[in-house]
Amino acid sequence: MSSPRMTTENESGSGLPNIVPAPPAKFVSDPNPVSSAPAAPSMIREYLNNCDSGAMADKSFAAVMLLCACSIFAIVAFIFGILVVHSHLSLAQFGWKFFARSAWDPVSGDFGAFPFIYGTLATSLLALVMAVPLALGVAIFLTELCPQVLRAPISFLTELLAAIPSVVYGLWAVFVLVPIMRDTLGPFLYKFFGWTGLFEGANFGVGLLTASIILAIMILPIISSLTRDIMTAVPNSQREAVLALGATRWEMIRVGVLRNSRIGIVGAIMLGLGRALGETMAVTMVIGNHPEISKSLFAPGYTLASVIANEFSEATGDLYLSALIEIGLALFLVTIIVNAIARLMVWAVTRGAPARVH
Amino acid sequence: MGVGILVENLNAWYGSTHTLQDINLHIPANHATALIGPSGCGKSTFVRCLNRMHETNPVARATGVVKMGEIDIYKDASPVEIRRRLGMVFQRPNPFPTMSIYDNVISGLKLNGFRNRQILDETVERSLKQAALWEEVKDDLKKKSGASLSGGQQQRMCIARALAVDPEVLLMDEPASALDPVSTSKIEDLIFQLKSQYTIVIVTHNMQQAARVAENTGFFLNGKMVEFDSTHKIFTNPRDKRTEDYITGRFG
Repeated sequence: MSSPRMTTENESGSGLPNIVPAPPAKFVSDPNPVSSAPAAPSMIREYLNNCDSGAMADKSFAAVMLLCACSIFAIVAFIFGILVVHSHLSLAQFGWKFFARSAWDPVSGDFGAFPFIYGTLATSLLALVMAVPLALGVAIFLTELCPQVLRAPISFLTELLAAIPSVVYGLWAVFVLVPIMRDTLGPFLYKFFGWTGLFEGANFGVGLLTASIILAIMILPIISSLTRDIMTAVPNSQREAVLALGATRWEMIRVGVLRNSRIGIVGAIMLGLGRALGETMAVTMVIGNHPEISKSLFAPGYTLASVIANEFSEATGDLYLSALIEIGLALFLVTIIVNAIARLMVWAVTRGAPARVH
Repeated sequence: MGVGILVENLNAWYGSTHTLQDINLHIPANHATALIGPSGCGKSTFVRCLNRMHETNPVARATGVVKMGEIDIYKDASPVEIRRRLGMVFQRPNPFPTMSIYDNVISGLKLNGFRNRQILDETVERSLKQAALWEEVKDDLKKKSGASLSGGQQQRMCIARALAVDPEVLLMDEPASALDPVSTSKIEDLIFQLKSQYTIVIVTHNMQQAARVAENTGFFLNGKMVEFDSTHKIFTNPRDKRTEDYITGRFG
């Protein structure tokens, strides 16, 4: 194999005594490349040498950014503080038990937040149960399966859904979803799933289930478009790695795509949940607005956000107002706790395995 | 044991670009075959046609006959079945970052529903030993993520992952081009040992690498295979002027 013709590209002679490297002519023509630089100090060098080091600019930039970051803490603390201060009457009257009480009687001044917390959590979680599989399906279709021509229109439509004001969703729900719920879907669910006990009692078309469905439709575009972005960011080398092992398309999506983007997907779900927890208008229009806790999803309910929107303007008496503000505090806390639980879940799942994709 | 591959009139396109033109070639079983040529000459496309990875790109297509042993891979089998029998190692290490080293190595078996713990354990040890990585990682197989290894280790883990499914053919698309000389020489030693049991096709930019590991070498240029012969012949007495120009560095 020792041949004078044998040359190397970049490893000339490394541990290969039997191969004689003959460097190509173009590399030997200029043995000292530095000599080709201009002899006189150039304008550019002079200019760069006289440039300011930028240390001041860097420091002030860092300070401004720190201020921006701190403003987040300040805003959160400020909102929390205001909520606590303005609900002091109610806090003094009912203490922290307010969050566990079921009474809501403005006439006799007896207030509790539990039915509202239940309504908020039940509708939001139910909405997630419906929206997440659908959103994942949309995202998987868009990133992995969709023909190129359909990709842009479907993406555009999903994003359009996110831009519709919630009151429009509410109107649509009142005129379309409520009758369907009352006349078609409700009786169907009662007939086939009545045994679960989740679909009992009178069905007027408005209630927890209707509110959950409209919430699911509203959070679907957020979750699916975020998930789509996250899945698009998974490098192709991951997909090829799985395919090359003899994976089917679904296995490739499961191992190569979903597994690598699971943290991002949980983040997208959390953003959707955040919107569901705080959504006011559409839910208020179809949930029935009655503070009760019922196992049946046909039953009317009430959410934290809806009760504030409905009753704030007509709240007479300081205690009533204070109780409504404490409802706001409850919503604030529910959001924080739900997010904290989600973070814990992510941490528990990904512990030990860094999820960064190269 | 590996099987040989027979390629007849293989043509491949990316969109309207004709990336491979009338390739005819016989890759012998249980030998290492190197493919050399300048960037963009079609050698990677060729390798990707052998395990039907080429067609995963929506604008890509291929025609012709590729026979692995008795099987015509474009007619007699699905891409999934083919890829189970041809392992592939890519240019850049692509470990699964969310999996431990152990799970990375057995990912191919797990995908196909293999669950026997004892055999999985044995397979991990066997393939990591074949890939010369066992001694370095045996203590934290399940503790460390595949992505926490160094680049050279990751690539050897990817080789172990490909070997774990016991393929008949191992395709390597510039497996050492992103690695330092020490890792490179480890991978070359590996190829040298593996070729008694597997048919190896290796794409490389490094001609000494081709000379070191392969019995046969093919030279690709502009989508055509200019010359295919024993490595010795290619590097000492090539038939074609273009081959000679390329291997002596007088090209272009």
